[in-house]
Amino acid sequence: MIRGISLRVNGVAYNLHIQDHWTLLDVLRAHLGLTGAKKGCDSGVCGACSVHIDGGLALACLTLAAECEGCEVTTVEGLARSPHELHPLQASFVFYGATQCGICTPGMLMAAKALYDRDPRPTREAIHDAVGGNICRCTGYAKIVRAIEHAHVFEASRLLDPKALMQAQGEEAELLAEESR
Amino acid sequence: MTTAIRKRLPRNDALQKVTGDAQYADDIYLPGMLYGKLLRSPHAHARILDIDTERALALPGVRAVVCGIDTSGIKYGTVPDEQGLAIDKVRFIGDEVAAVAAVDEETAEEALALIDVAYEILPSVHDPLLAMQEGAPVIHEASAHIYDAARNISRRTHLAYGNVEAGFAQADYVFEHTFETQMVNHATIEPHSAVAQYDPGGKITLYSSCQTPFLIRSDLAATLQMPLTRVRVVKPRVGGGFGGKREMMASDFSAAVLAMKTGRPVKVTYTREEALATTRQRHPTRISLRTGVTRGGRVVAKECHMIMENGAYNGRGPDILGSCPNYLTVLYRTPNIHFDGYLVYTNNPPGSAFRGFGNPQIRFADDSQMDIIAAELGIDPVELRHLNVREAGDVTPNKAIITSCGLRECVEEVDRATDFRNRWGKLPFGQGVGLACGHHTCGFKSLLPHDSSAAVVKLNDDGTANVLTGASDVGQGSDTALGMIAAEELGIPFHRIEMTTADTEVTPMDLGSYASRVTFIAGHAVRLAAADAKSQLLEAAADLLRTPPQDLVSENGVICSLEHPERSALVEEAIQHHLAHGPGSPILGRGAYNAPTDRLNRETGEGNTSPAYSFGAQVAEVKVDPETGRVRVIRMTSAIDCGVPLNPTAIEGQVEGSVAGGMGQALLESFSQHEGLILNPSLLEYRVPLAGEMPDMDTIIVETEEKEGPFGAKGVGEFVQIPTAAAIANAVYDAIGVRIHDLPITPDKILAALSKKGVGT
Ligand code: FES
Ligand code: FES
Repeated sequence: MIRGISLRVNGVAYNLHIQDHWTLLDVLRAHLGLTGAKKGCDSGVCGACSVHIDGGLALACLTLAAECEGCEVTTVEGLARSPHELHPLQASFVFYGATQCGICTPGMLMAAKALYDRDPRPTREAIHDAVGGNICRCTGYAKIVRAIEHAHVFEASRLLDPKALMQAQGEEAELLAEESR
Repeated sequence: MTTAIRKRLPRNDALQKVTGDAQYADDIYLPGMLYGKLLRSPHAHARILDIDTERALALPGVRAVVCGIDTSGIKYGTVPDEQGLAIDKVRFIGDEVAAVAAVDEETAEEALALIDVAYEILPSVHDPLLAMQEGAPVIHEASAHIYDAARNISRRTHLAYGNVEAGFAQADYVFEHTFETQMVNHATIEPHSAVAQYDPGGKITLYSSCQTPFLIRSDLAATLQMPLTRVRVVKPRVGGGFGGKREMMASDFSAAVLAMKTGRPVKVTYTREEALATTRQRHPTRISLRTGVTRGGRVVAKECHMIMENGAYNGRGPDILGSCPNYLTVLYRTPNIHFDGYLVYTNNPPGSAFRGFGNPQIRFADDSQMDIIAAELGIDPVELRHLNVREAGDVTPNKAIITSCGLRECVEEVDRATDFRNRWGKLPFGQGVGLACGHHTCGFKSLLPHDSSAAVVKLNDDGTANVLTGASDVGQGSDTALGMIAAEELGIPFHRIEMTTADTEVTPMDLGSYASRVTFIAGHAVRLAAADAKSQLLEAAADLLRTPPQDLVSENGVICSLEHPERSALVEEAIQHHLAHGPGSPILGRGAYNAPTDRLNRETGEGNTSPAYSFGAQVAEVKVDPETGRVRVIRMTSAIDCGVPLNPTAIEGQVEGSVAGGMGQALLESFSQHEGLILNPSLLEYRVPLAGEMPDMDTIIVETEEKEGPFGAKGVGEFVQIPTAAAIANAVYDAIGVRIHDLPITPDKILAALSKKGVGT
């Protein structure tokens, strides 16, 4: 059955006509052009589709779009604070080499953000828990864990500017890394 | 000071990946695009008698149905035995029978159920030992490519080096063991996906999640009977490969055929279940290893019998089997070797390339046995390695030339870092340490008579550069490594390099991401292209600064005279000068490299098929709970020789990912199968390591300088995963005194072995 819903995604309001059985993931990807959330399993196992719904972590592949009536959805595309200011987790992922193929990265970031919002200086155990539902086949997780651990260091840093971050090398970056230890 | 190399630079695609901008094949939505789905065989072995597509075609929303008979039927592959869509026979559960394009995925799926296929079910065989017996069901008809079709033997590799008999005669002890390794899947988090677009002028553009766009172009052009110019393969971002995306898949072929038939773009993305159960797997093996050693611990002879289960199709199987003797000859000095291997068809999912290309299987057997030998001879495992390790300057019995080799130092380093010798055999029951070594190639000349790559470097008038290379970044970071090589050679900052890669129409050719070849071979091509551009740049600067070009260096964006340091110019000034006063063309550098290696001689197994070899040693520290049989890897220390480390962060990333992959195979990953049916095609039940299960990981870089490598670098993509399973198995033995000879090392195997030994509950 087709129904109309309204929801906000990354701060933008949408009125959509959807089928009852469509998942939020398919609606985001195929209908809204937001392909940041990935489909790694479509069955709630890999975490690649993680998004936030009303501030809480959710798997978009297990969420029906119809359930999102009136909700505020945030995807990885909405994680940066502005086009010129990354979220500290994003900067940290870039800096520590926490992304390889990158297919798990959006989900990892959203899972990490749920933790960061509660506790920006988490323990390793808390990090393992927070990303326990996110599979990465490339990194062995070490750099992901490290990036989450040290993300807070990037708060208010010049390196939240994507351009500065990509050009960061040598002393400045090393200094930051030092600070974070 | 270097401009780029040796620095922990951020990946040049990282920003796109953390913002969700990176575009993968399944992220591509084209106007008017249709969705394709594949009908797969429910039978392990059957003849296709008839396919009736009428009901499917009548379903509203269905735009096309294609069966094998509608296609050329041309077989493809290294040793061709596979069709894009099956025509006469299906050979495993999941074999592709037909493809549907419809307006949405649901309609396409619905249509699959409406295709009526009449099968004649044939007896099937699922165990390679049974498949090799007379009278077993014959899976492939006899052909020139197949060693013995009646016994389902696709390939036999039977070789000997040195004098094996005399070698064993010198041995004081002979050890003989059999090991088994299981089928495992790449389980990349991105399932295979392809989007094809057909232009009525007769040209296919395929966006494919692949590692080898140029090879896929060849296979696609051959099977579609089109010239290479009419087939364009573009690799978008790829969500992991590990060998599982290095061949043309039915998704690629079907998307192309459906696009041609409908005139509309068609996307075919596999489900997780399809990716796990119907693509490619690491070959299961059974390896019997007989090793002769002297009392002092020198390996003098080795005999290896290997049964490698091919599954239903060859994939890269013949080349993998052909590489296996190499894996025994290169790592340890073994003068006399006899290898007899069989690649055996079964009606199980096809095996093929997977990080290590047969090497992890051989290494699990050989390094497990080394550990047994060490204990039996009373020589500690470190010492035993020292007595046998390969050294730079060696030529192996099958003529591999070892130009650089830090293996001895790697063994020393892991020993030092973990205090191995003082702890091995001395830790309390339930705790153990295990050592293993590994090596791998930096390219492999076998498939084709060349192992090539080419690159173009274009300098822009603002001092930036575009690098064009066919090399395929599938997540390992080759775009970054190659960009750094260009930056270093040109002497301009890395962030000024823009990479355009892996598009068969736009970029120069590269064979793809496999055999740990990209840094080495594509890196060489990029370096030469950059050097060509730089020589033109320095010519222009020489003219500008009135000093000979030999007197100039380019570093960090500045060109400076050595003799008159006060004379300098920015790179962009030199480029602008070239434009204003040169021949009317911007600076364009070209480079190409064909590794100076030998093509594998399939008869003798001889030849230096790789331009260099990377080496490493690994120590696993484990805890085994004798109550539950559960193994936890606490720490994994890897010492690696990958030549000059171009980007330490990227290298550690490869090491850590390899440890995860190796640990997965050692402890967790396995399929339950019933007569060819995979019972656990989901990531819930096919368990891969999670964050909380990972050990602490230390990476020690043992630097060597490989003369042939770009800036002295060697490959790092595969060799670290190769020793991991043996290191863990050896540590388990050290912890509880039981040796598991077949992977994975599961709690039930441990408990059974303990109770057999009379230990535990
Ligand atoms: S796609 Fe949603 S959990 Fe895997
Ligand atoms: S970076 Fe590839 S799956 Fe995580």
